[in-house]
Amino acid sequence: MGTNLSGKAVIAGIGATRFGALPGRTTISMNVEAIHKALNDAGIEKDAVDALYVKCPTSKFEMMYGQKIAEAIGLQPRIGGVWDSGGSSNVIMISQAIMAIEAGQCEIAVVTFADNPKTGSAAGYSYPRGEDALYGWFAVLSSYAMIARRHMGELGTPREAMGAVAVAARRHGAQNPNAQLRKPLALDEYMDMPPMVAPFCRDDCTLVSDGAAAVVVMSTERARKMGVAKPVPVLGFGFGQTSWDVTQRPDMTSTQAKVAGETAFKMAGLKPKDMDVAQIYDCFTITALMTLEDYGFAKKGQVADFVKGGNIEIGGELPMNTSGGLLSETGMPGMQLIHEGVRQMRGDAALQVKGAKHCIISNQGGVMHTHAALILGQ
Amino acid sequence: MNTTVQTASKPKATLPDPDINEVSKPYWDALKQGKLTFQHCRKCGNNWLPARGECPKCLEAGWAWHDASGKAKLISWVVFHRAFHPAFEDRLPYNVAVVELAEGPRMITNIVIEDAEKLVIDQPLTFMPAEEQGHGIARFRPV
Repeated sequence: MGTNLSGKAVIAGIGATRFGALPGRTTISMNVEAIHKALNDAGIEKDAVDALYVKCPTSKFEMMYGQKIAEAIGLQPRIGGVWDSGGSSNVIMISQAIMAIEAGQCEIAVVTFADNPKTGSAAGYSYPRGEDALYGWFAVLSSYAMIARRHMGELGTPREAMGAVAVAARRHGAQNPNAQLRKPLALDEYMDMPPMVAPFCRDDCTLVSDGAAAVVVMSTERARKMGVAKPVPVLGFGFGQTSWDVTQRPDMTSTQAKVAGETAFKMAGLKPKDMDVAQIYDCFTITALMTLEDYGFAKKGQVADFVKGGNIEIGGELPMNTSGGLLSETGMPGMQLIHEGVRQMRGDAALQVKGAKHCIISNQGGVMHTHAALILGQ
Repeated sequence: MNTTVQTASKPKATLPDPDINEVSKPYWDALKQGKLTFQHCRKCGNNWLPARGECPKCLEAGWAWHDASGKAKLISWVVFHRAFHPAFEDRLPYNVAVVELAEGPRMITNIVIEDAEKLVIDQPLTFMPAEEQGHGIARFRPV
């Protein structure tokens, strides 16, 4: 067991573009805007930054993309480049930045992401899965639907539980002026929606969005010395990966969110019951349900009871995805959840959970292949 | 001349061909003969699909193709009500399933059934050879 880094580093600033359709914007331009805003939010000059961690746009891989961003912001970082583990990348990069800072390899890191699948190409989301095109096995959403069906059959999870996730996200997103989809959804509307890839209907699925978001990470000590106005301490992080494709995964109904969550809770010295608010990766409704189970908020197979009756909505036991998540705010893979966690800990969220002291954030990538958990405090 | 008619009618979309390589060719060749096979590791006894060069359990490359019994069970399934490729537009709704062979390997398939919403998790299935676009494929039907 190495040094416990709980509370040693903070998220010092956050910045993002508008979300939704941003026609004509390159991902480099969007990254620059998000980084610029994050630096202004932290109240620091760009020359203080000596590490740049970038998640490559999901819809288009570009070699040396991290260096392109560094060039666009006129930076000569000590550490810089792209990390790709899908949607878990942002939490992982923040955590790696913290470890690098503690190891003395850098002092101030920017972590950033941009993509434009809405006005650019979203082909990456609908291609044939593996070698199985002859069977009609297409699209990312169908792999998640495959997991959802198993969860329903093996554990008796009703569609209403998935509906509760969508309803909460849409209720919260409706009150977020920056959200891409601000139309509330009632549970009976959800239940009446025609199937798209059964058991999923459209409202089970992530938005497709253009946009960028960035954060500034530094040590708690450095933030104090620099007079950062609203630093948010990182109390815990943890990761886990299954690697197996959905078709090959021996256990389809649990994920390595369990390992990631346990590691993060242990590092923070906290338990699920200590969390006041949660930002849970909801690319598809089933993902959020299984993450809640794997984190220990509900026993396996009992998540339907946990999410019903507004329990994950504002005013409930664990308000979740308070800015709308991937289902309502933006389909961006994860950074928006970190931003909302930061706002909740600062106490300035649009839908603020009163007195919230701890927030857990989940990021996940592929089809529940990779997982990362982040716990923020005050 | 019926050129006008031909221009107006949409050409039938072709399915994307599977990416058959040196390792997977015997699998596809066997399927064309109506036989379902899987890889068996001579070192550790592990059985797997889809085709790969090394055993994912012991990493050895000493494996052989074995014939499957054709017995399987249903792990999960989805029903497409939207086509993500033009070739599937006139097949909607259609199902795609994950099945586990009695010997262990898991694979993607279609279940031959009128109403896929009547399927049940873990129900027993049996192999049904089929053909798509000149390739042999493995479908399954409820026992």
